[in-house]
Amino acid sequence: MDIIVCVKHVPETAEAELKIDATGKGIEKSGLVFDINEWDDYALEEAVRIKEKFGGTVTAITVGSEDSDSTLRKCLARGADKAIRLTDPKFAGSDAYATAKILYNAIKNMRFDIILTGAQAGDDGSAVVGPVLAEFLKIPHATMVKKIEFADGKAIVNRELEGGLEERLEVKLPALFTIQTGINEPRYVSIMGIRKAMQKEIKVMGLADIGLGENEVGEAGSWLTIERLYVPPVEKQAEFLTGSPDEIASKIVEILKSKGLI
Amino acid sequence: MKSETRVVADMNFELTPEQKMIVETAAEIARDYGPEYWREKDRKHEFPEDFWRSLIEAGFPGIVIPEKYGGSGMGMFEMLLAMETLVSEGCGLAGEWFLCLSAVFGGLSITKHGNEAQKEKYLPKIAKGMEFCLALTEPDAGTNTLNIKTMAVKDGDEYVINGQKIFISGADRAKGMLLVTRTTPVDKAPKRTLGLTLFLVDLPNPAIEIIPIEKHGINYSKTFEVYISDLRVPQENVLGEPEKGWYLLLDTLNPERMSFSAAACGLGLLAIKKAVEYAKERRVFDAPIGAHQAIQFPLAEAKAKIEAARLLNYKAAWLYDRGQECGAEANMAKVAAVDAGIQAVYHAMQTFGGYGYAVEYDVERWWREINLIRLAPVTHQMALAYIGQHVLGLPKSY
Repeated sequence: MDIIVCVKHVPETAEAELKIDATGKGIEKSGLVFDINEWDDYALEEAVRIKEKFGGTVTAITVGSEDSDSTLRKCLARGADKAIRLTDPKFAGSDAYATAKILYNAIKNMRFDIILTGAQAGDDGSAVVGPVLAEFLKIPHATMVKKIEFADGKAIVNRELEGGLEERLEVKLPALFTIQTGINEPRYVSIMGIRKAMQKEIKVMGLADIGLGENEVGEAGSWLTIERLYVPPVEKQAEFLTGSPDEIASKIVEILKSKGLI
Repeated sequence: MKSETRVVADMNFELTPEQKMIVETAAEIARDYGPEYWREKDRKHEFPEDFWRSLIEAGFPGIVIPEKYGGSGMGMFEMLLAMETLVSEGCGLAGEWFLCLSAVFGGLSITKHGNEAQKEKYLPKIAKGMEFCLALTEPDAGTNTLNIKTMAVKDGDEYVINGQKIFISGADRAKGMLLVTRTTPVDKAPKRTLGLTLFLVDLPNPAIEIIPIEKHGINYSKTFEVYISDLRVPQENVLGEPEKGWYLLLDTLNPERMSFSAAACGLGLLAIKKAVEYAKERRVFDAPIGAHQAIQFPLAEAKAKIEAARLLNYKAAWLYDRGQECGAEANMAKVAAVDAGIQAVYHAMQTFGGYGYAVEYDVERWWREINLIRLAPVTHQMALAYIGQHVLGLPKSY
C-alpha cells in the first residue's frame, strides 16, 4: 500500500495571543511556535500504521518554505519513507484551490493507493485542499474519516457526522481521505527515528519542476483572496434567571446543553 | 585606514535540528504526564508504568547507547536536554530519575567500560527499558567512597561478595546492578584509590536482600538498604579492569552529577513557571501579586541563576562527550544548579502563600524533590569541598 500524506507546517494558535500583522490580512508570526498541523499528525500516524500492517511506503508532502522541514523531519522520524517539499516564491498567497493544484501537479505522476490529509488545517481551517485535490486527480474521497479498513481492494471508512453519528462507506481505490483527530493515538517521535530522519533527504521541487506557470499559482492562480483578518468584537450577554432554585437549575442545565458545554 | 580583522571563536549555542527534536519529543511526553499524574503517583507510592513505557517507546533509555547496540549513539549533552525538558515541562524530578538509574548507571557505564560480551548482553536490553541500579553508598562510608567495606574475594573463577549498601534506588525493579566493591582492603592497597572493583550483577538474586527506606519525597520510586551475603559472581562479570574501579566509576559519577544538576534546573524552571502563572492572576490587594517586587525579584534572580547553571552543566557534558576531564565543571554546575533550583522552588512556594503548602498546588512536592539534590548524589558541602580542594588548590578541608 503506497500512501501519500499531505501535511502543513502551522503555528500553534490555540493558546497563543494572536496579533494581526501590518497588512491586516495575516497574523504576526514572530514568537509563535510552529509544528505539524494537528489533523495531519493523525493522518501521518494512520498512514504509518497502514504501512506497518500491509507494507508499502509513506511519502509526506508539503507546500511551504524551508521552515516546513522540521515538520517533514518529524514525519520521517515517525516512519515516513520519503519527504517532498514544494517550495517557490510564486506559491505565496495560494488559496486552498491553488494549493491543491500545486499538490496535484506534484502527485499526478506518483504511484499511490491512498492519499491522506488532515480534515482541516489549524491556521486557515478551510478543510478544502483534500477534496479539491481528489477532484483534480479524479479519484473518490471521503472527509472527516475516523476509521479505515480494507477489504477486496476497497476501503471501508467511517465518517464522523454531527450529533455523534457515524457513516460507513465503501470507497474504491485509489482514494483520498481527510482524517479527523482521534482516529488513532499518534506515537511519540522516537530518538532512533530522529537519527534516521536526519539521514534521509527532503526532495525540494519548485514551480518549473512540477510544470506549472506563474499565473496558475499564488494569488494569480487563486479563486479567493483575503480581504481582511480581524478579531471579532467581544459581545457581552447577560441573562437573569428567575424562579425557584430547582427551576433555575434546570434552566442552567438547558443553557449549558444548548451551548454544547455539557 | 587599517582594516580591522575580527576572529570569531567557534562557539555555538544553537541546538541542531536533531537536538531540537529531542527537546520537542521530551516536551510532548511531559505534557502527557503532567503534575497531576505525579501528584497521584507520589501519593500512592506507585511506579509510573505508563510513563516509563512512553520513555521506552520514544527511545530515551537508549540515547547514550551506541547504535550498534540498539541505541541512538548520542552523548550526555543530548541526555541532559531530554532530562531537563521532561522535568521542566511537567514531570518534576521523575523526568530525570528513571533515566539516571537505567540509562546512566547501566547504559552509560557499560558503554564506557564494558567488554564486547557485556555490551551485547546488556545494552540492547537497557535501550529497550531494562531497569538498572547502582550499589555504591555504604552506611559506614557515605561520600568517603574509598572507605567502602563490601568485599569481593576471588574463589576459583568466581568472586564471593559480602557487604551492605544503603540508599540504593530502584533495587526492587532493577534486573541489573552495578555493584561497587573492594577486592583489596583500603589499608592493604598501594594507594587509597586502588583496590576497588566493579561488578555487573543480575537481579533478583537470593544472596541479595533489600529493605525499603521510607523517604521525604520521590515516592513513585523505592529506595533500599541492600544486604549482600555470599553472593557468587563469575569473574566475567567484572566491569572494566579489576582494582581500578574508582577511576572507572568517575565516568558514571560525573554524569550522575550532571543529571541531577539538570533536574535541579528543570525543577526550578517548572516551579517558576507555575509561580508566574499564579502571580499574574492572583490579586490580594489591588494589583496582581506578581506586580510586587518581593514576589517578582526572587523569581527573576532564580531564573537568571538557573540559566547560568544550565550553561555550566552543558559545558560539563560537552567536555565529557569529548572524553575530557569534567570533574571541576560537573561539581561547580551542581553547586550552581542546587543553589538556583532551591531558590526558585522556595520562592515559588512563597508566591503561593498558604496554597504553597497544599498538595494540590504541586510546589510542595517539588520542594520535597529538590531537597534530595542538596544531599545527593553528593551533598552541597562536599561538592564545595571538591571545588575548594581540586579547583582552587586549597588544603583538604574535611
